Amino acid sequence: MTTKAQEAPAITQVKTLGGVSSTMVLVAGWLIPGAGHLLLGKWVRASLLALSILCMFAIGIALQGKVYTPNTGDPLDMLGFAGDLGSGLLYVLARLLDWGRTSVQIATADYGTKFIVVAGLLNIVSAVDAHSLATGRKRS
Amino acid sequence: MTVTHFSGVLLFALFASVVFGITQRSQPPMMLRFGALCFTLFVAGTIAASWLMWLIKH
Repeated sequence: MTTKAQEAPAITQVKTLGGVSSTMVLVAGWLIPGAGHLLLGKWVRASLLALSILCMFAIGIALQGKVYTPNTGDPLDMLGFAGDLGSGLLYVLARLLDWGRTSVQIATADYGTKFIVVAGLLNIVSAVDAHSLATGRKRS
Repeated sequence: MTVTHFSGVLLFALFASVVFGITQRSQPPMMLRFGALCFTLFVAGTIAASWLMWLIKH
């Protein structure tokens, strides 16, 4: 007689390039889109994720979307900032190089703002996915 | 750069669906199917919501 635990397939950790920890995979995935999957050797997924997130962010900037800043006091701005921060180094780059706008001035810029925020949120989703692969929570 | 409402929807749906497909499924065929489903739902949902708003207005 077998128990449920015996029937369940064994969860195995995915081998990472250079034996980096799962936390490192999560942080790398957050800082650079697709880097988490790249560290796990899944370069096709990494390039597709990086391409999608980078394109979304770039289109947001090209549409003159707003790049949120911290400490504006407006709760919606804080949420926008949290979303933007999900882009990792892209957000830092945008602030350093003064990309985007500080306020929405044309109608399509509102789309741009949403593209930038969603690029950040999607980057967080992909970083968490890479972490799940590294810990073995997600099988492949 | 400017985009129309519809091309904006298509771009958004495309990129979001790629990420959802890869992250929410384990096997490549299922990723493709789920990504395609997400894309369809994004676009169809937006068109449905647009018509709903038009009906509310009129």
